[in-house]
Amino acid sequence: MTIRFGASAHRLWAMVLKEFIQMRRDRLTFAMMVGIPLIQLILFGFAINSDPRHLPTAVLDSDRGPFGRALIASMQTSRYFDLVQFVATEDEADALLAEGKVQFVVSIPVDFSRRVARGDRPALLVEADATDPAATSGALGALETMARTALDRDLTGSLAGLKVSPPPFELRLHRRYNQEADTQYNVVPGLMGVVLTMTLVIMTALAVTRERERGTMENLLVMPLRPIEVMLGKIAPYVVVGYIQVAVIVITARLVFAVPIVGSLWLLTLTSVVFIAANLAIGFTFSTVAKNQTQAMQLSFFFFLPSILLSGFMFPFRGMPLWAQYLGEILPLTHFLRVVRGIMLKGNGPAEIAAEVAALAVILLVVSVIAVKRYRQTLD
Amino acid sequence: MTAAAPAIAVEGLSKSFGGRTVVDALSLTVPAGKIMGFLGPNGSGKTTTIRLLCGLLTPDSGRGTCLGLDILTQSPEIRRQIGYMTQKFSFYEDLSIVENLDFVSRVFDLADRKRKVAATLERLGLADRRDQLAGQLSGGWKQRLALAACILHEPRLLLLDEPTAGVDPKARREFWEQIHTLAADGLTVLVSTHYMDEAERCHEIAYLAYGHLLARGTVAEVIAAAGLTTFTAQESGTGSLRIADLVRALAGLPGIDLVAPFGSALHVGGGDAALLRHSLAPFLARADFVWREDAPTLEDVFIHLMGRSTDNFAGGPR
Repeated sequence: MTIRFGASAHRLWAMVLKEFIQMRRDRLTFAMMVGIPLIQLILFGFAINSDPRHLPTAVLDSDRGPFGRALIASMQTSRYFDLVQFVATEDEADALLAEGKVQFVVSIPVDFSRRVARGDRPALLVEADATDPAATSGALGALETMARTALDRDLTGSLAGLKVSPPPFELRLHRRYNQEADTQYNVVPGLMGVVLTMTLVIMTALAVTRERERGTMENLLVMPLRPIEVMLGKIAPYVVVGYIQVAVIVITARLVFAVPIVGSLWLLTLTSVVFIAANLAIGFTFSTVAKNQTQAMQLSFFFFLPSILLSGFMFPFRGMPLWAQYLGEILPLTHFLRVVRGIMLKGNGPAEIAAEVAALAVILLVVSVIAVKRYRQTLD
Repeated sequence: MTAAAPAIAVEGLSKSFGGRTVVDALSLTVPAGKIMGFLGPNGSGKTTTIRLLCGLLTPDSGRGTCLGLDILTQSPEIRRQIGYMTQKFSFYEDLSIVENLDFVSRVFDLADRKRKVAATLERLGLADRRDQLAGQLSGGWKQRLALAACILHEPRLLLLDEPTAGVDPKARREFWEQIHTLAADGLTVLVSTHYMDEAERCHEIAYLAYGHLLARGTVAEVIAAAGLTTFTAQESGTGSLRIADLVRALAGLPGIDLVAPFGSALHVGGGDAALLRHSLAPFLARADFVWREDAPTLEDVFIHLMGRSTDNFAGGPR
């Protein structure tokens, strides 16, 4: 049966049938076709939440009066704030914010309760880590509504007259690191990590698979090259590529997006090497698993999606349930985002980012061991 | 290593993949300075044997030496002194000839690198094409580049895995001239091939089938050892029977192990001369064909061996 424009249903069927047979033979592709939608649906459907609650909050209570306590209690009831720590000094509070350990610091000034009672409308300072405006906007919005009613229950008797708007105290919000709540400040430095993840993982995964697919790997193996020499030799050029990307992104961030660079570029350059190496090791590991370049691409993509969605790049990290946060901690991008945002926006120094760099180093080490082991196996 | 010591001496080499024995208790000795042809049907374990020899694969059992070095424990040293040419072209198609050779010479950390690359280019007639990309070369030139890359580090043993597959006759002849020149300089060569004319160019041949070594020696020795009797029939033009009819008629008759048409001639042979003559008798008497008893060719011997070993393999209780 021939259709008018010259296509034969039989020939078409022959092609379709062949494609299906090949699809079934390629186990990895088949698993990916079924697995990717399923895993991602579960992962992202449950994990992503753009209105994060239970954000860690520190309190600097210089008043220790009843109204301050009532205020903190009502903040916790709102479920947006989780009181994790009382601090005694402002320096302590600043350090917690810089390291990203808390999202908010609430400062209750001296004599707060007394001045509320007097009707002075004292100021209550709430500092937010606004590097990611999306993470704080919901909580800050809730805070403003809450401020109006927070003390109503305690304003009894002669104080009942204060239960009117404006609220009995002045809420002063301070968005640290990103006063304008400009999302670009958050996205552009983050893109550095995303671009590096995407290109470096794919490039190494393909580079090694290509050697195998073209048959040149056998030749490399028979020559007096050690596995570690092949691996490092394949990876090293891409470290240079990674640095060129870092330079392009930093320059563009500064000149086009006017993102402030508060911290040291040298520190950023230095810490990037760990992140770049970790990505390359992951790409190399993929290439020892993949049989051909298509599979290498699929594996890279499979890794890339959670990297974008669960790392805190696209959605607030703290908005995710705990299990998703643990999953996110495995991804190098999660840690690098904290490093790059910390250095560029907060002006973090070596002390503040040490923990994140250490996490990256651990990931690098574990993945490298797997890569070398898997690569050895391919010999026999 | 003295001059008398063999370049390759392995005993009881076995290797299996996923329960399938590919090389089965293989013992092989290759004298230094000789060209040893490695023959056998597809899947007979030639490539696996070569890979075992250069340490790319670890044997399940067996032992032996390559250039006096233990194949189990000294494979890194072996790899420095051998040149291995893979079945598939395995250099970089997106690199030029000279870039490929530069890469190899750096990997081997050769002293006087530039001079050696230039000398090898000259020796194999690649100098005019040095800047051509390997991917743009024809089969013959690619193979020449591969040979150049294999001999660059002046190995003492060359392992060539079907080096001339898909290469035109002229390029093949030139390739073999190179191999003989290299052997004359003292290099030992183990070369696998499916071409009979190439097998006949070797000093010695070894025939492998299904992981077993079935025959070994010079071409004349292997042919003699096979004990094959062969006849050639030519259509006489007088009868009604044609070659195709003869092929059908001879099929399955006792003593006839080999029936192969060559144009208008038919080659018939068998291991048992008496039985062969008995079965052929009715046809020898007919006027349709002109019969001639002749010496078996190497190809006859191989097809005969191959047929026999297939039977062993399929029918055995393994």
